[in-house]
Amino acid sequence: MKLFGDIDLEMALAVWRRNLTVYRRTWKMNILPNFFEPVLYLVGMGVGLGSYLGEDVGGTAYVAFIAPGLMAASAMNGATFETTYNIFIKMNFARVYDAFLGTPAQVQDIAFGELLWATTRALLYGLAFLLVTAALTVAGLPILTSPWALGLPLVLALTGVLFAALGELFTSLVKTIDLYSYYYTLFMTPLFLFSGIFYPVDRFPHGAAIAWFTPLYHAVRACRALATGDVGVATAADVTWIAVVAALAFAVVPRRTRAMLIR
Amino acid sequence: MTTDTPAIEARGLSKRYGDLVAVDGIDFTIPRGEAFGFLGPNGAGKSTTMRMIYRASPVGGGELRILGLDATSGRDDRAIKARLGVIHQEDNLDQELTVRETLEVFCRFHRLRGAAAAAKVDELLDFADLRDRADSLVITLSGGMKRRLMVARGLIGDPDVVVLDEPTTGLDPRARQSLWDKLSRLKRRSATLILTTHYMDEAERLCDRVAIMDKGRIVTVGAPRDLIERHASPSVIEVELADAESAGAVEALERTAEAHASFGGRLLLYTRDGEATMAAALAALGGRPAHLRRGTLEDVFLRITGRGLDG
Ligand SMILES: Nc1ncnc2c1ncn2[C@@H]1O[C@H](COP(=O)(O)OP(=O)(O)OP(=O)(O)O)[C@@H](O)[C@H]1O
Ligand SMILES: [Mg+2]
Repeated sequence: MKLFGDIDLEMALAVWRRNLTVYRRTWKMNILPNFFEPVLYLVGMGVGLGSYLGEDVGGTAYVAFIAPGLMAASAMNGATFETTYNIFIKMNFARVYDAFLGTPAQVQDIAFGELLWATTRALLYGLAFLLVTAALTVAGLPILTSPWALGLPLVLALTGVLFAALGELFTSLVKTIDLYSYYYTLFMTPLFLFSGIFYPVDRFPHGAAIAWFTPLYHAVRACRALATGDVGVATAADVTWIAVVAALAFAVVPRRTRAMLIR
Repeated sequence: MTTDTPAIEARGLSKRYGDLVAVDGIDFTIPRGEAFGFLGPNGAGKSTTMRMIYRASPVGGGELRILGLDATSGRDDRAIKARLGVIHQEDNLDQELTVRETLEVFCRFHRLRGAAAAAKVDELLDFADLRDRADSLVITLSGGMKRRLMVARGLIGDPDVVVLDEPTTGLDPRARQSLWDKLSRLKRRSATLILTTHYMDEAERLCDRVAIMDKGRIVTVGAPRDLIERHASPSVIEVELADAESAGAVEALERTAEAHASFGGRLLLYTRDGEATMAAALAALGGRPAHLRRGTLEDVFLRITGRGLDG
């Protein structure tokens, strides 16, 4: 089946399967940290720090305030790791893609297959987080207070697509692996700190206006809206923002990657 | 499309990297079912030519048709690659997979699934003699096993044209022999084979015709035995010259043969009648040794370019 941009879905799924084959061997070991991380953050920050903050950051318990944003961040991290270091190594050191290109697969199929896989990983990270928050909700913390929370996997997947596309875009531009430390410290870390996960973005002057142009902000807002049921036009706008930027970023990837792989 | 469409037709094919001309306007036609070899020293442009054939590299200039399809524009690349089997010069096996997984994953890339894929994996495990290593990780295989797996992986799509860039480099003589047998088997199935090699015995054994490349050009093309007949001779005598060999002595030696060349302190005497020339040369040498051997493609290259194939 052919998709937009001459992508052959069967080839893209072959790439996805290759990654699944590798992941299946180690998934039991890999999946555990995905559960530890939310527990650590929610207990360490939510419960620990939250007890000093009183009852009303954004009108709710602190742990309930930060949980949806952290969930979005974990999807971001899953997609980013797959599309930065992992793709770089497969492309430049293991030269796995050269072998794929010796079959009917084309560069755009590989880029799309990796996007699907990174989204899968993002979803696994995000769902692990969601399970932990669901358990805490059952235990009495007011985190998931609305049936809209059933829509969270969709937003997590979309967040995965967005950060997979951004990661692939960066990877298609860099020639040395050292440049990723810039991606992590100058892009990922500020996003984590300033996207409204831990406190509302208007804590800083023009905070909301600036944050509007950054990707994680919209994912955090959408997740928080679904968790609390405060869903509205703004939520639709956030989801649209994510989809549009993901599409724009991915649109550039095949051509740039072709320039890297094909000489 | 008929079966008499050539497998490959190249006209003025070229490729440059910046100022460097890697392939400099070469013409060749490879008929279906032929085994065709590219020979030449490091950097001659063999791999660059191969990469253009297996569509990993855009055509730089000129024209290239593969199985009647247009490879110049890149428009038909998917259709071309569906009928090609590619064995790269570098080991690019997936280190994170087992032997079986490697074949299974690549079945998907050739649109094989379910029972068809299982049958293909089974067939290729036997073909590559890797059945007892099927569940080993690629990283644990020996060099020869990896090479066999790469060949098997390249054959998954039942290719009409198999492209092999230095298939046996780095293998021990037994592993090379076993790979040659497998390639001969492919030839009998009437697949077109296109390969590069630095081994003259390999080229003579496997190739119906060879093209000898140098500095991006094809310097000669033909059947190995014909090229040796035409440019060298059936027999060659090698003499190690002394540092201060007198001109008269060298001339006396040269007169024993139909043609001669000197190369790296050695004198090469080309002759049809090895025995007789050997006797004459030994007489002229007065007790010093000489070495009689068959003419090879190496001699052809040497006679045409004045240099050795490994320089
Ligand atoms: N991607 C590239 N960028 C720049 N130059 C290249 C590139 N690929 C090949 N070349 C140059 O093109 C020339 C031909 O290289 P090629 O790999 O085709 O040689 P070869 O005949 O396969 O040699 P070998 O026997 O060493 O494999 C060389 O000078 C090489 O440095
Ligand atoms: Mg080469």
